[in-house]
Order: sequence, then C-alpha cells, then structure tokens
Amino acid sequence: MAQSTNDHPLAEIRNYTMNFGPQHPSAHGVLRLVLEMDGEVIQKADPHIGLLHRATEKLAESKPFNQSIGYMDRLDYVSMMCNEHAYVLAIEKLLGITPPERAQYIRVLFDEITRVLNHLMWLGAHALDIGAMTVFLLCFKEREELMDVYEAVSGTRMHATYYRPGGVYRDLPQSMPKYQPSKWRSRKEVERLNETRAGSMLDFIDAFAARFPASIADYETLLTDNRIWKQRTVNIGVVPPERALQLGFSGPMLRGSGVVWDLRKKQPYEVYERMDFDIPVGTNGDCYDRYLVRIEELRQSTRIIRQCVEWLRHNPGPVMIDDRKVRPPSREHMKGDMESLIHHFKFFTEGYEVPAGETYAAVEAPKGEFGIYLVSDGANKPYRLKCRAPGFAHLAALEEMVRGHMLADVVAVIGTQDIVFGEVDR
Amino acid sequence: MHTPITHLLALWGTLPDLIRTVVWILIISIAVILCVAFLTLWERKVIGWMQLRRGPNRVRIFGLLPGFGQPFADVFKLLTKEVIVPSSSNKFLFRLAPALALVPALAAWAVIPLSPALVVSKANAGLLYLLALSSMGVYGIILAGWSSNSKYAFLGAMRSAAQMVAYEIAMGFALVGVLMAAGSMNLGKIVGHQQGGVLAWNWFWLFPLFVVYLIAGVAETNRAPFDVAEGESEIVAGFHVEYSGIAFALFFLAEYANMILISALTAVFFFGGWLSPFAGYPVIGTTFLADPSFFWLGLKVFVFLFLFLWFRATFPRYRYDQIMRLGWKTLIPVTLVWICVEMLMSAVHIGPWAKPWFH
Repeated sequence: MAQSTNDHPLAEIRNYTMNFGPQHPSAHGVLRLVLEMDGEVIQKADPHIGLLHRATEKLAESKPFNQSIGYMDRLDYVSMMCNEHAYVLAIEKLLGITPPERAQYIRVLFDEITRVLNHLMWLGAHALDIGAMTVFLLCFKEREELMDVYEAVSGTRMHATYYRPGGVYRDLPQSMPKYQPSKWRSRKEVERLNETRAGSMLDFIDAFAARFPASIADYETLLTDNRIWKQRTVNIGVVPPERALQLGFSGPMLRGSGVVWDLRKKQPYEVYERMDFDIPVGTNGDCYDRYLVRIEELRQSTRIIRQCVEWLRHNPGPVMIDDRKVRPPSREHMKGDMESLIHHFKFFTEGYEVPAGETYAAVEAPKGEFGIYLVSDGANKPYRLKCRAPGFAHLAALEEMVRGHMLADVVAVIGTQDIVFGEVDR
Repeated sequence: MHTPITHLLALWGTLPDLIRTVVWILIISIAVILCVAFLTLWERKVIGWMQLRRGPNRVRIFGLLPGFGQPFADVFKLLTKEVIVPSSSNKFLFRLAPALALVPALAAWAVIPLSPALVVSKANAGLLYLLALSSMGVYGIILAGWSSNSKYAFLGAMRSAAQMVAYEIAMGFALVGVLMAAGSMNLGKIVGHQQGGVLAWNWFWLFPLFVVYLIAGVAETNRAPFDVAEGESEIVAGFHVEYSGIAFALFFLAEYANMILISALTAVFFFGGWLSPFAGYPVIGTTFLADPSFFWLGLKVFVFLFLFLWFRATFPRYRYDQIMRLGWKTLIPVTLVWICVEMLMSAVHIGPWAKPWFH
C-alpha cells in the first residue's frame, strides 16, 4: 500500500497499488501495469515493458540482410507482412532497385489482407475485453480464411517471410488447399466449405472480398449501436488531435483523433497512388471513434483488395527483379550449372552486399507507421537496424489516457490502442 | 391389489412429516444440482451455436449422447483437484464462504411451488423468506473476496456488495407490486391468483415490474452483462480468483442454482407458475393441455434460462458505476412509479383487482 504524503489528520488518502499483468487476460500479451488506484479510479498507471524483448535489432546486425526478414514477422505478430514490407523497402532503397509491377501489386494486396487480419484480431480482442465474446469468434471465422491465404502463398500461416528485396518469393498459386471429409466433417459440409476454393487463389480472395462487407455489417449490428458498447467506449481515453501529434501517434490512433494522416496517401509507396480508397477520420478521439475508424478501414481494405485482384488477374508477369545480386538462381540452373550452384550457396550463406548509407523506410502498418531505419557500412549485414514501432508510442500515452478513468476503462484503452508486445518490446 | 408399490405408498403416508419433508428436500436439492450440471452443458452448447462452433461434443455417457458426459467429467476433475488455501488468507472464512454462497441458493427452493400439490413448505411469508435468502447469498461472495486477501478478489467483493444493495431494492419494489396484485405473500396463492389465461398472468398488468425484476435478477446472479463481480477481463475472476477445485465448483454451482431460482421465481411471480398458457380459452381450454402441471413451470423456467444464456452471448459488460446508475436512477424509479399506478388500478378495480381476492 502506498501511503499518501498528505499529513492532514482528517484527510488521509490511502491509494493502493495493483499489479495488472503480465499474466492478465486483458494484458494483450505481457504488459505489466502498476496501477495506483483510489477505489476503482486510476490515479497513475505505470506500464512496464521488456518482458518480450528478443533483441531483434541486435540480432539483425549479425545476419545477412535476407535472413532477418523472418524476424520482422515476429515483431508485430498479427500484421506480419507489413513489417516485412518496411524492412524490404529499406533494403531496396539502399540497393536502389524497384520490384516489378506485379510484385508491387501483390505486396499491396497482401498489405491490405494483413490489415484485415490485424483489424479482425483487434476487433475480436477489443470486444472480448469489454465483455462481448461472440464477436471474437465471428472475427476469427473470417480471419481463418485469410490465414489460409497466407499459408497457400508462403507455406506458413503466421510468419510468412514472403516479401524479398526485389519482389516477392513466388507468384500467387493457381489453386487453394481444400478441406477433406473426416469423422467430424461430412462430405456435404466439406463441399460447402470448398465452394470458394475450386479456382485460383485470386478467385478465393475475390469471393472473400465479395462477402466480407456482409460480415462487417454483422459485427456492427452487435456493437455499433449497442448502448452498453457505447457507454463503455464513448468519451473513454480521449486524445485531442494536437496532443495525438505530440505523442507521436500514428495509424488509427491518430486518425481517430481527427488528424488526416495516412502514409498510403501522403507518401505513397508501391502502387498505392493508383488505388481508389478513402481514409476514415474520427472527430472526438475516443475509443468509439477509433473503433469506427478501424471498422471503416476494414471496408476500405476490402476495396483495395478487389482492385488488386482485378489488376493481377489481367497482368501476368515476373514477381521478382531479374538481378542476380538479390535473387538466387532458379532450381533448374542450380542443378545443372556449377557456377549457379556456387552462386546459390553464396547467396544463402554470405548474402549480398548493400552499398554504404542510411535510410528510413516506413509503411502504413495496420497499427500505424511502422518504419525501419537501416544503416549499412557496405557489408553483407546491416550496421544498425532500428524499428519504429507504432505500438511503442501508443503505449507511452497509456497513463495519460487512463488517468481518472476506472479500472474497467483501462481494459478498454489497452484494447483500443491495439497493442502487440512483439513490436513494443522487439 | 397389494403390490410392493402400493405398500410403499401406504408406508409413505404413515411416515412423520419431518421425515417426509427431509426426503423431499433431498429430492429437490439433488434435482437442482442435476439441473445445474445440464444447464452448464446447455449453456456451452447454446453459446457455441451462437458463435458458429460446436460446443462440447466429445465426452459421452455409455458411449452415447456426445457431450452429455461433459458436466460429470468437469465435476470429477474439480473434485480431484487440490483446494489451494492462500497462506495469508483468513482460512476459516475462506472455507466457509463457498458454503455460504451455495446454501441460500438451495434453501430458497423450499417455498417454490413446483406444481399445485408439490411444495416443501407452504409458508405464508414465502416471499419475505425469498428476499431474506437472496440477500444472504451476497455474504458468501463478500466473505470470499475479503478472506482471500487478494486485491482482485477484494475489488470483486466490493463491486458485488454495492451491486447487490442497489438491485435488491429494485427487486424488492418489483415484488411489492406482485404482492399488491396477489394480496398474499404465499407463493402458491400468488400463482393461484393469476388463474384465467395468459393475459391474467401478472406480466400483463405489471409489465414494467416484470422487466425490472428480470434485469435485477440477472444482476443478482452476477451474470453478463452485469458480471462485474467476476469481470473476467478486468479483475480476472473477481471474488473467486483464489479458489480452486471443489471450492470453486461450489461458487459455480451457486451461480447456476441462482439462475434457475431466478428463472423459476420470474415464472411464479409474473408468468403464472404451473398454470397452463392454454387455460381460459374456449376449445383448447377444456383439453388436457389446459391442466396446470409441473411441465408448464419447467417450460417457463427453460425459456428464462435461455434468456440468461442469450444475454451472455450478446452483450458487452457494463462498467461498475454504470450498473449503479442503472439500478438507482432507472430501475428503482420505474418500480416506484408503477406501484403508484397499481394503487390507481386497485382503486378503480381493473386488472388483478377486478376479481374479489379478499374473501
């Protein structure tokens, strides 16, 4: 118990401290909050971080450039490909290469799929934190479909390592994996599940994008006009726009406060300037506005996904730059040609050298601006790597957002910040 | 005909009242506990279906009925787990609390009329007895939260205490309305007074009170959206965060027994208890469907229990101060206003007061 320093005999205020996490159902991983409370009202919130520190930045200094791509997935582990994207962009900037157009479209497509993945995870977890558990399951049903897309294109559901400097690892597959009948799934049910999986991956994504707006409407019926939901989110964790800028907010946290800022529009990378989409902006900067912003982003992402699918259908082509510096020789060459075999071996062990210099590349990740600051001294490894994680700046504002609110609101604010400790602790 | 059964029945008739009552108490308690077991299964199934999943479907009884073994498997698991008593807790109260939570939940069944003939005690002050017992239940929760010596548990206990006080009043006022309509505190008489078809049941004339009672009932049982006392995502498990094994199971049992109790009471007070919804209509009113029986009470209880589960799957959780606001500023004024309306209704002799109940 923390005793107040107030020594007036009658007005002895006795706040108490409480440990919130790291093992708490709403700590979103390993957040440890030390709360100083007066009854249920938060006087002070002290976030402790570092419990998931894995030294990603330091590890990257000891590996060839390509071998750190997989580590980027593990930063914000619910928006994997966006992290890869920033890293790969930084390397490409230093190398001075541009991936082929098709690769750029694929990247935009998967960035938006990732945004949907992340926002579905956020929506489910946020609703569950506030007590509405059905939304969580509904979100995960759709999320699972997109996880299948990840798996089909990269071979793994989560940590894809799909983007490479100079393009993407491979072109989109022509078929989707299908469900098999089992003891628990009848033939009929399997047929229904496989309906959209008959064609190529683009068909599957297109079918998903066609029906996904209806699912968003479902989530909204459960939450948007729900009185309890509004009572729990409206005017909770209000951040005025100028304060949001001072605190270094980005992404939906910034837009929820009414600041029109989106890297996809302001500093377009890849082919975003060709995409037709809108940026939703809030007005009050409370949890409810940020909720509405993210829900609208789900719709806008679906729009971008459809545009990408349309373009990709009609424009076949290479997905990797034809530059033997950054691309390994094909299997065919490698098996038949001695020099190619040596090249292949050197490529994967020693990697390639990146010209000396420094750069900063940022993408609009689902949580905000995810940037990589990369310094190269001309060797085959980065001299220094620094991740600019959006969640870190957001978490720093937690104290300010929850002070004076009640314990239950802490949970709502952690949810609305969309914190993932992979990127905060790195 | 002198079969063993008729012998037994004859013997039953000769037994002293005390023994007969004890046997009935045992039967009803065991029935309630069994209902709780299957209610947990039904809850998980229903919520599973609402969430597009299957719910428990593995544990079987005798290789049949997938999922039906789940409640029993859960009970055996909890029975065999260690009951951890925190070293800094008040050990006596810590062990006493689960029993204090469960006993009122079961004892209240003594005055519930299950059918026209079947009630353990035809107490004239049945309604008062129920109010007294439902206030007792909160002691288990407060003691559990306090004796655990954990801040989370303590917060849960405080929330629960404040919530109980607020909703007990709203509930009490709603029951005052029922009392005025029936002119009796005997639950059997309250049901008997609602005879005469669906529109003669209390819900029609006391609709606002019915809504208040149902909301207060959900709050009294600490169920979603009023489950701030255990508030999973805020204070982890609230008052029972330190409990494990069978001690936890007792709290669980008490919560579900209370749910069934509140559903039964809603049926008795506002939906004519054992009365058939078909009674009082021209043709169907003369068939067996119109007979009052335990079946109708069971059906009504089932419907209200389903509401509890539906709420849980749908609503987000209220914040603690919002619950207080709802209780004090909305529910209590509604009941007070409607009690005044009832006074007017009884003065002009409409609704439940149209029939002379006083002789």
